Amino acid sequence: MTQKIAIQVDDLTVAYNYKPVLWDIDLVIPQGVLMAIVGPNGAGKSTLIKAILGIIDPIAGSVAIYGEPYKKQRKLVAYVPQKGSVDWDFPTTALDVVMMGTYGSLGWIKRPGQKQKKAALEALEKVDMLSFKSRQISQLSGGQQQRIFLARALVQNASIYFMDEPFQGVDASTEIAIINILKELRKAGKTVVVVHHDLQTVPEYFDWVTFLNVKKIATGPVKDIFNDDNLTKTYGINYKVAVNK
Amino acid sequence: MSITEYFDLLFTDYTLRTISLGTAVLGIICGMLGSFAVLRKQSLLGDAISHAALPGIAVAFLITGAKDTNILLLGALVSGLIGAFWIRGMISKTHLKSDTALGLILSLFFGFGMMLLTYIQKQPNANQAGLDKYLFGQAATLVESDVRLMVIVTGIALLVVLLFWKEFKLLLFDQDYTKTLGFNTKFIDILITFFIVLAIVIGLQTVGVVLMSAMLLAPAAAARQWTNTLATMVFLAALIGGFSGVFGTAISATQNNLSTGPVIVLVASFFVVVSFVFSPTRGLLFKQIRLLKNRRDLQLKKTLQFMYGIAQTHENIDHPHTIRILNNFQGFTKKSLRKMEENQWILLNKQQWSLTSKGFAEAQNLFNQQTQHE
Repeated sequence: MTQKIAIQVDDLTVAYNYKPVLWDIDLVIPQGVLMAIVGPNGAGKSTLIKAILGIIDPIAGSVAIYGEPYKKQRKLVAYVPQKGSVDWDFPTTALDVVMMGTYGSLGWIKRPGQKQKKAALEALEKVDMLSFKSRQISQLSGGQQQRIFLARALVQNASIYFMDEPFQGVDASTEIAIINILKELRKAGKTVVVVHHDLQTVPEYFDWVTFLNVKKIATGPVKDIFNDDNLTKTYGINYKVAVNK
Repeated sequence: MSITEYFDLLFTDYTLRTISLGTAVLGIICGMLGSFAVLRKQSLLGDAISHAALPGIAVAFLITGAKDTNILLLGALVSGLIGAFWIRGMISKTHLKSDTALGLILSLFFGFGMMLLTYIQKQPNANQAGLDKYLFGQAATLVESDVRLMVIVTGIALLVVLLFWKEFKLLLFDQDYTKTLGFNTKFIDILITFFIVLAIVIGLQTVGVVLMSAMLLAPAAAARQWTNTLATMVFLAALIGGFSGVFGTAISATQNNLSTGPVIVLVASFFVVVSFVFSPTRGLLFKQIRLLKNRRDLQLKKTLQFMYGIAQTHENIDHPHTIRILNNFQGFTKKSLRKMEENQWILLNKQQWSLTSKGFAEAQNLFNQQTQHE
């Protein structure tokens, strides 16, 4: 394997109170994969992403993005939080939310201008939401809100994308639109990490998978490790899914 | 004095002008910063902070023995900030929910403040009288230097809001995301909180500890009803706050024995009620009207569709049918049939109806229209 390493996690341990949520995670994610993180509720999937992104302080361990600490590589990384983590009744428009993706590259105080607006409009176009640009965000459907969040991350023009359950509560057409965009990102050499719930679609959507249940169970190419054995280890029951159909 | 006399006096009477300017500026800063508090779901933070400011006033008096407003307000600022950051700490470090933390700090500080106030009142010192004005506020005691301080603080707050507009908006909408973009969320958070505390403190003399939170919340809550962009909301809230200040002062100046602070709060609350009922998009009234209208429209269209089904059984679509045939369908009345005739969907002839070509076309496209509307 001569693939470059995009993300390397060493000995990562996170606890909210006394109970560890993540225990001693070692993880190497090569560049250019489309990876699913799967595991039962409470397995620490979202926490893993948040700890990598520095939203949560880990108790121990380190994270490297292309060999450097995350703080130095921030501009290479984009994040799509869970749709339910924000208040969609916030007084703003779809375009304005997507513009937020440009704030990081602008830095403090500087205001977005025409260049940022153009980038935001392009991203809206990519997720097929251009006609909704002036729509108040509370008047968007769940799928449309998810597309807006994806567009906001696309504007960041990053190399690595982290997404927290982008398929939750969206309709089939949005799900297909999103996965097609993710596959395009992979084709362009980007690395995409997705917290995912639907085991049935793992082999179809992803080429890399990490099984997580507080500890890391396994990580690797879907065709090699997405099997009954790992599913049982992760979920505690014999979860029957068709491997490679 | 009548209201018109008041507005005449506003330009000639020095005291009245000072007080009106003070309450207007107070309304503006509270409306502006209150919008942020409301959108952060920290509506009650203002209440806790204003109550937490009381012991600071008492302690400042006990230390200096003087009733200099600026020193008392400095005391209020310090204890307000201690209260605010104590609440923040409690929420992030313990299992307590924010409402519990707010309630605890509010009663703890207010209780302590009241205890100190009663202690001060028992002192054999002629100077102690009048500290209790900070409980309910007394706009009449505003002098030029107080108002100057208010204007300066409001100016600085405005500058900070303009400067950090992008960062404030980002944090208000999505805190975690703000962090991943590399912004120091703690700093932004502290900045917002600091200015909310500042706004509360400069309002204590006018509106008082007990009612101060209403000054923050009411203009923001009212403004939210009229707009869907943050900038307009903040601007409107400042406007409503300023108006409430001026009108409240006008009403209390023209009526005897009406204390200014509560009247300002009532005026602001009046704006809230009006906004919640009459706002065209979010208001209860128009929402209800829209709902009824939509229902009626849909009922009409359902009837049309039913007729379309019957008309289709004939070769001629405009073949007349008796009205009685509709009886097993619930959604029609004489009125709705007339309404359909007005729309030129059907022709009525005594006890019979027939579909027009326009009605036929309308019925054909009904489902498509309805779903496209979504």
